[in-house]
Amino acid sequence: MRIIIKEGFIVDPINNFLNYADILIEEEKIKKIERKIEEPADLTILAKEKIVLSGLVDLHVHLRQPGREDKETILTATSASAKGGITTLLAMPNTEPPIDSEENLRLLKEIIKKDAKVEVLPSCTITLKREGKELVDFKRLKEEGVFVFTDDGSSIEDEDLMLQAMLKAKKEDVLLFLHCEDKSLSHKGVVNLGIISTRLGLRGIPKEAEYKRIERDLKLAQKTDCPIHITHISCKESVELIAEAKKKGIRVSCDTCPHYFSLTEDDLLDFDTNKKINPPLRTKEDVLAIKQALREGIIDCITSDHAPHTEHEKEVEFENAEFGTIGLETELSVAITELIETKIIDWKKLGELFCSNPAKILRIERGSLSPGKDANLIILDPKKEWVVRKEDFLSKSKNSAFLGKTLKGKVEYTIYKGKIIYEDKK
Amino acid sequence: MDNIKWTKKDLLALSELSKEEIELILETASSFKEISTREIKKVPALRGKTVVNLFYEPSTRTRVSFEIAAKRLSADVINIIAETSSVRKGESLIDTGKNLEALKIDIIVLRHNSSGAAHLLARNVGVSVVNAGDGWHEHPTQALLDIFTLKEKFSKIQGLNVTIIGDIAHSRVARSNIWGLTKLGANVCVCAPKELLPQDIEKLNVKATTDIDEALKDADCINVLRMQLERDERSVFPSALEYFKQYGITQERINKLKRKILIMHPGPLNRGVEISSEVADGENSLILEQVTNGIAVRMAVLYLVSQAK
Repeated sequence: MRIIIKEGFIVDPINNFLNYADILIEEEKIKKIERKIEEPADLTILAKEKIVLSGLVDLHVHLRQPGREDKETILTATSASAKGGITTLLAMPNTEPPIDSEENLRLLKEIIKKDAKVEVLPSCTITLKREGKELVDFKRLKEEGVFVFTDDGSSIEDEDLMLQAMLKAKKEDVLLFLHCEDKSLSHKGVVNLGIISTRLGLRGIPKEAEYKRIERDLKLAQKTDCPIHITHISCKESVELIAEAKKKGIRVSCDTCPHYFSLTEDDLLDFDTNKKINPPLRTKEDVLAIKQALREGIIDCITSDHAPHTEHEKEVEFENAEFGTIGLETELSVAITELIETKIIDWKKLGELFCSNPAKILRIERGSLSPGKDANLIILDPKKEWVVRKEDFLSKSKNSAFLGKTLKGKVEYTIYKGKIIYEDKK
Repeated sequence: MDNIKWTKKDLLALSELSKEEIELILETASSFKEISTREIKKVPALRGKTVVNLFYEPSTRTRVSFEIAAKRLSADVINIIAETSSVRKGESLIDTGKNLEALKIDIIVLRHNSSGAAHLLARNVGVSVVNAGDGWHEHPTQALLDIFTLKEKFSKIQGLNVTIIGDIAHSRVARSNIWGLTKLGANVCVCAPKELLPQDIEKLNVKATTDIDEALKDADCINVLRMQLERDERSVFPSALEYFKQYGITQERINKLKRKILIMHPGPLNRGVEISSEVADGENSLILEQVTNGIAVRMAVLYLVSQAK
C-alpha cells in the first residue's frame, strides 16, 4: 500500500522541519518527504491547509483493562486514541490486578496484542499491589521490556522506600513516573482549597499536598541521581520547584493535562462531577503559570490522564463521585484552542509537547517524521470547530470535563504503521 | 416589584439569586404571613399539588416547617425519611428523584448531607427542587427567614450590621446568610475560632475575625450558630466548655455593649455551648419569631417555584 499525502504543512520539531511538503508512505514506513512527490499511489490524500504531525505520544492513560471493562477496554480506549490522534500511549498499571509482576504483565500484553489499534506500552507499578510497602522486581520487568514504573493514583508515603525505589531505578536505568500527593494533606478533599471550596461547602485540597511531595521527591532524585517524571502538575508552586530543579541539573521531566491550562476551580460552581479531578482544578493564577511553563519548556509534555468512569460512578453526590476526566479525544483540540489560538505557543512547540518530548522521555523512536521511520502520523484541520458531545465519544465512558465546549482543530486522519486507523467522516 | 417574575424551577442556593428575586420571595412571604394568624389557616394556592419532603438527615424544625407551609397552601404532603426508605437498599438520589417524578409529584424538598445534592437532583428531574439544606453548602430558606425577620425589625437590610458567630466552616446557614445579606446591602461579619473559619471567606465580601468583642462592637444583630459537634471528625473543635468561655453569647457580654442588639439562632440550641439560656430566652431574642416566620417564607418559596413552569 502506497499513500501520498499532498500539500500539507509538516510540523516536525525533531528535524526542525516546518514547511509544506508531500509525504510518501510505503507499507509501514515513511518512504520520503519532499516538496513535490509525483509518483503513482494507491491513495492520495490532499492535505491542503491541513497540518501533518507525527502521531501523538500520550504518557498517561488509564485503559482500565484488565478488571474494569465496564469503564473502558483496550479496544475502546485505543479506538478513542486513534480518533484523538494518539498513536503511542503509556498504559497506567493501576488495573485489577495491578501490573506488578511478569504474570500480570503477560496478561496485559496478550490483550494488547489482540485488541490494541495503536501502540500501547505497558508500565508497571513501583510497589506490589500499589500498596507502597514492597518494591516490584524492576530488573525482571525491565527484561520484559518495561521502562516506566509508577504507582499512579498514589504516592509512596514512606520516604525511605521512595529512596530505595530511586536507588534501584537508577541502577536498572528505568524511569520512575510519579503522582505527587501527600494524602495526609489532601485528606478527604475533593476540590482545590480556597474560595471555591468555601463557597461550595466542599472539603479542600491544599496545593501543598502536591508541591510538598514534589519537593520531597526532587530532593531524593538529587540525592540518588535517579531520573524521575512528575505527572499532571497543576499549580504554580509545582512549576517553580521543577524549574529550579532543572536549573540545578536534577534529572526531572514533567507533564500537565489540558484541564490544568483550560479550566479553573470556578468551573465547579454548578457541582459538575465531570470536573472533579485529582489533582483538582486550581485558580486562574495557576492556569497562567502552567501556560507560561508550557511555553518556556519547563513543562515537557501534555498528557491526557484519561480516566474513564461509568455514569453511575459520576452522576452522584459530588463528594461520592470518582475523580477524573476522559481526555484522549479532546486533548489535542483543547491545546489548539487554548494554546495555539491564543498564540501562547506555536505549532513547533505543540509538536514538542505532544510528540517529540514524550518520545524522548520514553527513549523511543517516535514523535518525528523521518524517511525510514514508522508511518505514524495525523492530518488535522486546524480551523475546524466542533462541539464536544457525549454521543460522539468512542471511549466507553463519557465523563468529559469538556462536554458542551466548542473546540478548534480536529483530526481528519490518523495513520498508524502505514494504515489509516481513523478517518473523520465529517 | 410587580414587574419581577419568578422564573426558576428550583430554589437551590441564594448565591444564584438576584437581589430582586430575594426581595420577591420576602414580599411574597409578607403577604402569606397573615394566613397563619387566621381562624382557618389555609388557602387553596397549591391545591391538587403534591410536595414531598425528602430528608436524608435528621431534622424536625425544617421538615415540620415545610410540611405546615405546604399544608397551609392546601398541597398534599408526603414525608420520606431516608433511613426508612429504599435509600437503605442502595438506591441513588437520582433514581429516588426519578421515581418520585414518575409518581407525578410536583415539588421535592430535599435535605441532604452532601454539598451539591440539590443541584444534582434538580439537574436530573423535571419537577421543582427546593433545597432544605445540602451538606455545608447552603440552606436558603433558613437564611431567607432570618432576613425576613430582620427586615420586620429594621424595615430594611441595606446598611445593617449583622454578625454571624460560630462554626462558619461547616455551616450552610452561614453561607446562605452571607449571600442573602450581602446582596441586600448588609455589612456582614463572621466570627469564629480560627479552625472554624473557612479558607478565603473574606472573599465573599465579609469581615472575618476571631475576636468576639470586635465582632460584636457595631452589630445590630447577631446570628448565633450551633456548634455542630457531630461534624468534628478530626477533633479540631474546641471543647464545649472552652468554646462557651471564649465565644458563648452571655448576658454579661451583651450588657457590656451598652446598646440593644438582637439575637437570632437557627436552632436547635445548645444551651451553655454557644448561647446562655438567659440570652436565648431574653427580650432581644428573635429565635421563636424566626420559627414562625419560617412558615411564611417556605409558603412563598413553594408557591413561587410552583408558578415558574
